[in-house]
Amino acid sequence: MIELAMRRGVHPPEGKLSAQKPIQDFPLPKQVVIPFSQHAGKPATPLVKKRQKVKTGEKIGEASGFISAPVHSSVTGTVKTLETVLLPNGSSALAAIITVEGEDQWAEPTWPVKELSSLTPDDLRTITREAGVVGLGGAVFPTSVKISPPKEYPIDSVIVNGAECEPYLTSDHRLMLEHTEEIFQAAQLLKMAVGAKRGYIAVEDNKRDAAEAFDKLVRGVADWEVVLLRTRYPQGAEKSLIKVILGREVPVGGLPFHVGALVQNVGTLYAVYEAAVKGIPLIKRVVTVTGEGVKEPSNFMTRIGTSARELLQAAGADLEAARKIIFGGPMMGMAVKSPDIPVLKSTSGILILSSVKKERVFPCLYCGKCVYACPLKITTTRLVKYIQAGMWDQAKAFGLFNCMECGVCSYVCPANIPLVHWIRYGKFMVRMMEAKQ
Amino acid sequence: MNLIVSSSPHIHGKDSVPKIMLHVILALLPAAAASIYFFGIRALWVMLVSIATAEISEYLFLLLRKKDTSAALDGSAFLTGLLLALTLPPSINLSMVAIGAAVAIIIAKQMFGGFGANIFNPALVGRAFLQAAFPIPMTTWVANRAAHIDATTVATPLGGFKFSHILTAHKDLLLGNVAGSLGETSALLLLLGGVYLLVRRYIDWRIPVGVLGSVAVFSGILWLANSNKYPDPVFMLLAGGLMLGAWFMATDPVTSPVSPAGIWIYSIGIGFFVVLIRVFGGMPEGVMYSILIMNSFVPLMDKYLRQRMLGEKK
Repeated sequence: MIELAMRRGVHPPEGKLSAQKPIQDFPLPKQVVIPFSQHAGKPATPLVKKRQKVKTGEKIGEASGFISAPVHSSVTGTVKTLETVLLPNGSSALAAIITVEGEDQWAEPTWPVKELSSLTPDDLRTITREAGVVGLGGAVFPTSVKISPPKEYPIDSVIVNGAECEPYLTSDHRLMLEHTEEIFQAAQLLKMAVGAKRGYIAVEDNKRDAAEAFDKLVRGVADWEVVLLRTRYPQGAEKSLIKVILGREVPVGGLPFHVGALVQNVGTLYAVYEAAVKGIPLIKRVVTVTGEGVKEPSNFMTRIGTSARELLQAAGADLEAARKIIFGGPMMGMAVKSPDIPVLKSTSGILILSSVKKERVFPCLYCGKCVYACPLKITTTRLVKYIQAGMWDQAKAFGLFNCMECGVCSYVCPANIPLVHWIRYGKFMVRMMEAKQ
Repeated sequence: MNLIVSSSPHIHGKDSVPKIMLHVILALLPAAAASIYFFGIRALWVMLVSIATAEISEYLFLLLRKKDTSAALDGSAFLTGLLLALTLPPSINLSMVAIGAAVAIIIAKQMFGGFGANIFNPALVGRAFLQAAFPIPMTTWVANRAAHIDATTVATPLGGFKFSHILTAHKDLLLGNVAGSLGETSALLLLLGGVYLLVRRYIDWRIPVGVLGSVAVFSGILWLANSNKYPDPVFMLLAGGLMLGAWFMATDPVTSPVSPAGIWIYSIGIGFFVVLIRVFGGMPEGVMYSILIMNSFVPLMDKYLRQRMLGEKK
């Protein structure tokens, strides 16, 4: 086991209330809401109609391009209707609303389930594609695309991302403890699929038990190493991990394959295992339900499409006192208008905050705390001034589209300036203007 | 259920503008208390008049500019008043103190657009104004009570060296048994406050290191060339307003650059001008002008010098 640490970023209070709570299977809901757009790229094309019967694991939406992913029914029942629903990020998308009718009847997988040792790289691309596996760390990028880099960029290192640097979230932690072997098997499969020479399993030191579990497993396995990282946010961001572990810098506007790296979240790897070994597509995931006023912070293995309200009620959340319901963690998660929003493939947690203060905003004092905390070394002070002044070319030159919105700058700002919000506004304005041209 | 929908992040660190101001003020308290010990209750009056005038000016101009007047309580005007007082001679007429504080807040801060928008360090602009308007009272120094000298006026260590070639002992400079402005006497207490701010990360370490290091290097070169003619670097570091300037004035975030490259140019530039003015200029001390000169380059440096982003071509 090697120990490393990222130098920039921040270390907010960890708040991992549910770290000791084993994953519980969440009971079948009465109804699920499955949007056709749960991934980066084009929404899936619906394959079902109103009143159609569906089985658990049945493909109900087909990928509609290279960067897209299919979606599957997470239950057995009848499609009540197809309608537009609100997503956690505030946008809306077409969804299948399925009424659950009894226990699971499983649909046949649309990919061959074979002996693990006989799987080829192409098999894995088919499996991840057909099973609708996307990056569960938050970016929901289709995994099949990620493991198909251009030929001129050979991958030499695979990094298993178990950093889970967001405060409060423990879904990856529990998966690593309870499904260590499955995750490692899937990691070995993907390493084989991209032809990498080295593999690293990166875990932050507030999850030392998980790192040790992996260490026991990889000891004696050639080419694998566990990396214990000093807890720091946003260390689990791909670019941060690659910099810390491999010492390489992903070029601005580039992707990890440009520097020969593949980063896979542990949740994604578990989904790969389920698909390859059991023939189950991505229809459930671990969701941490936690926060202020939540009596029983929990980790639920949840069917995609389950309403957040049901999860919150099961965890004993005080919904009356809640001021914010957040899909995800407190640093990058999305505050939602109502608890009646379904769990998606990207939903790593549902967090309640009940003590939200409105802080006074001061003018920028150029203290540079944001600049020095930024993991991408963006000169935030200047970038935000350019955005506020509508100087878009300068803003782009100062890294407007390089920003990954990790939130570190806003977190440290003593003047309470909503820096990330300004950057989002800047991106929106530039995209809108470029679309008009 | 009354849910707030807002942009992430949803949690915030512990730092705030008033908190930073409070800690800078706390860091100055040892030196401020020592000034009362060294120069008597008069020193307290200088500080009180300066702070009160700064706060009143801030309040009135916020009112005039139709801004939120509660911003007068963020601690920044208090700090400007205190810093100005610490750069003034203890015997100065209190009405002059008030004029200096008003100039600092009204002209150097509010006229530029208030907190965060000023180019020059307000306290130093106030002092520069007084230096120009009242040159005699600004250079008349009373004896330090700890030095046991029976004289009405004396020279500061830097003045003594410049005009009479007298070197003050390092120990006296360190402890503060010397004549001078309220806050420039004890290098040790200023260092204590500065290190406190450094530990709390409220100031950038590069600034004091760059300023003090370059003063040591530049004056060291001169001293090695001719130790009879030029003062030794330790004297240069401990005498005058350098400690106050390097730890508390040059480090003002608003008027110092953001990028590391800019900070090095800025701080080394200050050290260069300090040695230049002290050794070759007409005045014994040059910390104030050095900082003001380098302040004027900050907007330019912030525009053209930025750190290379992760993954950006070298």
